[in-house]
Amino acid sequence: MNLTFSPEEQAFRDEVRHFLVTALPQDISERVRLGRHLRADDHLRWQNILSEKGWLAANWPKEHGGPGWGPVQRHIFDEECAAAHAPTIVPFGVNMVAPVIMKFGSVEQQQYYLPRILRNQDWWCQGYSEPGAGSDLAGLNTRAVREGGHYIVNGQKTWTTLGQHANMLFCLVRTDPHAKKQAGISFLLIDMQSPGITVRPIITLDGAHEVNEVFLDNVQVPVENRVGEEGQGWTYAKYLLTHERTGIAGLGHAKQALRHLKSLASRIEHRGKPLLEQSSFRHRVLKAELELMALEVTNLRVIAAARDGGVPGAESSLLKIRGSELRQEISELTRRALGPAALPFFPAFLHGDDGLDEASAQNAAASAQYFNRRKLSIYGGANEIQKSIVAKTILGM
Amino acid sequence: MDFALTDEQRMLEETLTRLVTDQVSPEQRRLMLGAPAGTRALWRTFSELGLLHMPFSEEVGGLGGDGTDLMIIMQSLGRGLVPEAYLAGLVLPGQLLALTASDKQQARWLAPLLEGDHQLAFAWQEYSARYDALTISSQAIQRDGQWQLNGRKEVVLNLEAAAATLVTARLDNGKLGLFMVPAGVSGTSTRLYRTIDDRPAGDLTLEHVTLPFENCLSEDVSTALAEVLALGRAALCAEAIGAMEVACDQTLAYLKERKQFGLPLSTFQALQHRMVDMHLHLEQSRSMAILAATSLDLPSSERDYKIAAAKAYCGESARFIAEQAIQLHGAMGMTEECYITPYVKYLVMFDHYLGDSDYHLETVSSLLNAA
Repeated sequence: MNLTFSPEEQAFRDEVRHFLVTALPQDISERVRLGRHLRADDHLRWQNILSEKGWLAANWPKEHGGPGWGPVQRHIFDEECAAAHAPTIVPFGVNMVAPVIMKFGSVEQQQYYLPRILRNQDWWCQGYSEPGAGSDLAGLNTRAVREGGHYIVNGQKTWTTLGQHANMLFCLVRTDPHAKKQAGISFLLIDMQSPGITVRPIITLDGAHEVNEVFLDNVQVPVENRVGEEGQGWTYAKYLLTHERTGIAGLGHAKQALRHLKSLASRIEHRGKPLLEQSSFRHRVLKAELELMALEVTNLRVIAAARDGGVPGAESSLLKIRGSELRQEISELTRRALGPAALPFFPAFLHGDDGLDEASAQNAAASAQYFNRRKLSIYGGANEIQKSIVAKTILGM
Repeated sequence: MDFALTDEQRMLEETLTRLVTDQVSPEQRRLMLGAPAGTRALWRTFSELGLLHMPFSEEVGGLGGDGTDLMIIMQSLGRGLVPEAYLAGLVLPGQLLALTASDKQQARWLAPLLEGDHQLAFAWQEYSARYDALTISSQAIQRDGQWQLNGRKEVVLNLEAAAATLVTARLDNGKLGLFMVPAGVSGTSTRLYRTIDDRPAGDLTLEHVTLPFENCLSEDVSTALAEVLALGRAALCAEAIGAMEVACDQTLAYLKERKQFGLPLSTFQALQHRMVDMHLHLEQSRSMAILAATSLDLPSSERDYKIAAAKAYCGESARFIAEQAIQLHGAMGMTEECYITPYVKYLVMFDHYLGDSDYHLETVSSLLNAA
């Protein structure tokens, strides 16, 4: 066994690093570094640069316009992007709906949507959760009734991330109310400009507008916008949730956040000594350091298994649980490190262009980010759901 | 980056798994614990399988196994809690000999060790120094062309079965020396006992023990000592992984079998999630054990940093898994006869071998790269 990257992989890392230095616009990386909210245009500018380079669709096969990377290269790419404060790629099109369209969509859907995703011509959002269907996603109630060449869709979706910018929605709907709950679900692609769609913001506890409610009131959706077969939507949704989840630990983000924390705690002093030298604080940083070391090797084990042809399944749940807990702990320590300076809240700075002086801007987002990171153990299947998945699929309980 | 085993390593693992299954059932293990170490059939089998040569370099007559080979062996031994002093009686003293001894000393002590003709012990620990191998107070002075040793070594594993014990002692110049103390030599006395997890051990008292010059292996052993302790800690992590696996497997099997309220315990979500937490601790610790096993050849500060991190991490996980295993077995988990009990005891005590979590966290802290 060895844990070192090959010379080719090292060279690839250098190539990515060099690209990021030259291509990532500094105003964007600065917004990411300071924890400010990104504007739609920030995302688009960066994703267009990646698209131009051919690196946007990191997990697509070559024949569809992906770079043809394996899991190891994707991992290196993610890590370097996080280290360089690049914006996270908005995943709903390129990483979520695209693999479903590739695997289950019609040739027409593939030919139409995939190139558009690759060129950032559509902004996709996800219509999964509903007010009454969170962890129990298959309990969703949004109805789609077939009328001629259309489905008439009625219902409400929620926690729709960045839906305020989206022009396309992939959506789980109930087409057969009499079938067993997983069996009556279909997967529709819905134009957000359709009459009857209303998007309402939900402001999260950190003051951010990240998620939305989407209301669907007699929305007409052409039947050809259904992916795959009617009643098979649950299968497609599950495929999407397990597809290429080797990056789910957020390792690059955790590494970057811990580096930042250590540097912060070395600079901030208490009674003439850096915070990092105070035993109780240092102890928690050390525990985070150890957890990160373990998580990194676990992540590499899953990546190596994927590279060698294995399908990461429930192992993703392990990565998700420990990765989210670690990132939450680091965000907690970062907030604590600031002491009383963690108290002021500057929403205008976080989502606007208003300036702050350099010193207070550096840390303005720490507390907001702490609150924001609470989502990590909730979204994508709450950690308790992940534990139940592990209990069922790995432990056979 | 590669986590796959080579064909030879897979064969080694299969052989050991079969050996443990066939020859170290809980009942066989109990019988073995009653017989004197070093004389048992199992050690001869180890010898025939090449296990005694495996972890030593070819220069000293070994098979040149690496950290992964050692990990495979230790993990298998941990699964069966095999009551042979593979680490304490062979690997640790043998590696010290390999690093410090002259050809003549190696011919006298190391060659028969690898052939299975005798076992040794390594006495580095003193209560007053806790887990620190360097700040000990046993002393060695030169007198009339001989060495004279005074001091007391505590919790020396495999002391009774050892033909000789490697003893660390402070020299006049402040450096740490290493000496071969043959069993029963004048001035030594032993107090033998079992550790709480049933390993044979003892204290070794040295009162004006006079040794010929050739019994000094090194007059400055600290570098070799650090290397061997690092190897030992990595090996212990692997052994603990084997024991954690069994503790998790057996607890899971019990949850599926035991019924209360008319249902198997495995159907209760509170217990499922606790079981998953054990599994998470196991898998994260396995990663740390792999990290330790693959760090042996790194520059010493990087090696010590990673291995200390692994030992600190595995120590806490082992205790967590042990405590959960007791809890999930309910009152049965409190009994001496419960099959999980030897594993629980080992996993708790593992933290005390070669430095506990607090000790190793201090090491990590001292080597932490701040920025």
